[in-house]
Amino acid sequence: MSSFGPVWVIAEQSECAAEIVSLQLVGKARQLAEQLGVNCESVLLGSNLGGAVRDLLASGADRVYLADDPRLELYQPALYSEIICMLAEKWKPEIILMGSTFMGRELAPLVAARLRTGLAAHCTGLRLDRDNRLEQLIPAYGGLMSIVCPEKRPQMATVARGVFATPARDAQRKGEIVAVPVPEMGEPTVRTLEIVREPVSDGQLEDARVIVSGGAGAGSAEGWEAVRELCRELGAGLACTRPAVDAGWAPLESMIGQSGKMVSPEVYIGVGVSGEQQHMVGVVGAKLMIAVNNDPKSPVFEQVDLGVAEDCREFLPVLASKIRAYRESRKACV
Amino acid sequence: MNVIVCVKAVPDPKEICKIRIDPATKTLLRCDVPLVINPLDKNALEAALLLKEGRGASVTVISMGPPPAETIVKECMALGADRGILLSDRAFGGADAFATAYTLAGAIVKAGEYDLILCGMASSDGATEWVGPQIATFLGIPAVTMVRKFESQEGAAWRVLADWQNGYRRVEVRLPALLTITRDLNRPRALSFSGILKSRKKTIEQWGREFLDLPSEALGAKGSPTIVSEMSTVRNRRDVKMLRGTIEEKADQLVGLLAESGVL
Ligand SMILES: Cc1cc2nc3c(=O)[nH]c(=O)nc-3n(C[C@H](O)[C@H](O)[C@H](O)COP(=O)(O)OP(=O)(O)OC[C@H]3O[C@@H](n4cnc5c(N)ncnc54)[C@H](O)[C@@H]3O)c2cc1C
Ligand SMILES: Nc1ncnc2c1ncn2[C@@H]1O[C@H](COP(=O)(O)O)[C@@H](O)[C@H]1O
Repeated sequence: MSSFGPVWVIAEQSECAAEIVSLQLVGKARQLAEQLGVNCESVLLGSNLGGAVRDLLASGADRVYLADDPRLELYQPALYSEIICMLAEKWKPEIILMGSTFMGRELAPLVAARLRTGLAAHCTGLRLDRDNRLEQLIPAYGGLMSIVCPEKRPQMATVARGVFATPARDAQRKGEIVAVPVPEMGEPTVRTLEIVREPVSDGQLEDARVIVSGGAGAGSAEGWEAVRELCRELGAGLACTRPAVDAGWAPLESMIGQSGKMVSPEVYIGVGVSGEQQHMVGVVGAKLMIAVNNDPKSPVFEQVDLGVAEDCREFLPVLASKIRAYRESRKACV
Repeated sequence: MNVIVCVKAVPDPKEICKIRIDPATKTLLRCDVPLVINPLDKNALEAALLLKEGRGASVTVISMGPPPAETIVKECMALGADRGILLSDRAFGGADAFATAYTLAGAIVKAGEYDLILCGMASSDGATEWVGPQIATFLGIPAVTMVRKFESQEGAAWRVLADWQNGYRRVEVRLPALLTITRDLNRPRALSFSGILKSRKKTIEQWGREFLDLPSEALGAKGSPTIVSEMSTVRNRRDVKMLRGTIEEKADQLVGLLAESGVL
């Protein structure tokens, strides 16, 4: 028997199926569990969870701790952290992974503080070191830091959607389901009353084939308009770096990077982007990477396939009109 | 009403690119980047100052950091905070989010009665987002993260809106509570000359480990469950092909390559 505890994923359901990031984490947890010689397990809280349970088992979970109860329909911080801590104290997992979703970002620190253990935020890589400790990779200052939690257990980390690949489903896989009762707690001091969906204006960046990402180099609101225009011509998703959010040109939801979205488009075009790791780690595995930057020595050019050393304010309008012309010419042919 | 705001001194985000990992020693080269108030903490402070103006709340700012962080606590006083506390001690050095939250929670207890604790949603250099909710856990009070709006602030239970996937979460929270604040909540005010003058008279309380009376094994690097085991300078390198010619020619080549890759 292994001296390690199981590897856990705190999973989430969205629209009757497991969240993609939960499945991606189960895929990773499966690998880690096999290396450690332990079970890959998942904890799932919510209401009407049948679909999500099947997804988790088919994606590689050996066992799912399931609390399926109308009281858990909405994320409730007190109840959710109570159940997870209770289970963790009983089953002593070696590792707990959570998605960097809105729930995970609040729940993970609450659980880690109660379990008196360490937590690494927004990891972009996870692996076991020689001593079978979890090495949690985080981009920082133009490089990578690895964080370990040498003594305390469980080792906890949050990871954004898209960092790990979605595992292949095997509908034949069987696993164990352990029903978890909902503890009786007094009147909670914090309660989610409702979760309201707002209409999303742009398509989901995660699913875009082409992404144009604008950075500080756009220079001004007018400069940003040129980035947007290129985006429209290409039918691409519009993304950005941190400074573009700070400048008020683009919403936070469209930020790519370590603390933003992880995307894997076919084509990424960075405009006025310097190639800082914290941004670049958000574009994993794009087939074709392109950068437009007026500084021929910019580090971004070490990280892309095609480079255009031009002032974006001059280059983008020309490019947009050429794309338009190309499209017109194609239309004329058919 | 007593409001506590946790404010972190961070290297100026505009100059953060100067901080690099030294490839030889694998440590940080800091290059004297000036310290500023963590941008989102200004939103947290603004929320507190509005409560001061609206209902006479008293505002205490607490920051844990090296001695030069005193300047940012001073700045908070000049913006209107009533009381400023700097937690500075070698014993606090090297703290991860857990040990930071533990130390701040200890200081909050020492600072007296409180009704509300405000933090930024994230710090610009650490950006774990953990410190706020972990302070709340150590104090045994509820936390709501990523608050974008105060919907009702009457009575002991407030209603707030917090960011959520494609929308928001409406939450009821009983005070005392800790909230972490996003940029959408308000627009932080600018420093005024009269504020600077008035704050000259205010002193900043400097607290160390002994004053807080916390066990040293729970603080700083010793009290941190996580450690940085390694730093590397790897980059995702690709072999770049730089396009040549006039602007027009470069645009033509790029259109050609985009068409070839099938996205046009
Ligand atoms: C903990 C932490 C987490 C972070 N998370 C993220 C994250 O998730 N996402 C993110 O994006 N950032 C993140 N950051 C910030 C990140 O470190 C960088 O500061 C940011 O990505 C830089 O954005 P930028 O490339 O747009 O700006 P800059 O670094 O300022 O670069 C601007 C570039 O534009 C070029 N330029 C200027 N003028 C022109 C012109 N006229 N035409 C063409 N090019 C021009 C310049 O040569 C330069 O290369 C994080 C930072 C920290 C500390
Ligand atoms: N050293 C510190 N001193 C005071 N407040 C802090 C400190 N570190 C973090 N905080 C607070 O916690 C918030 C989130 O920080 P972080 O967890 O680092 O993203 C910040 O916006 C501050 O309000």
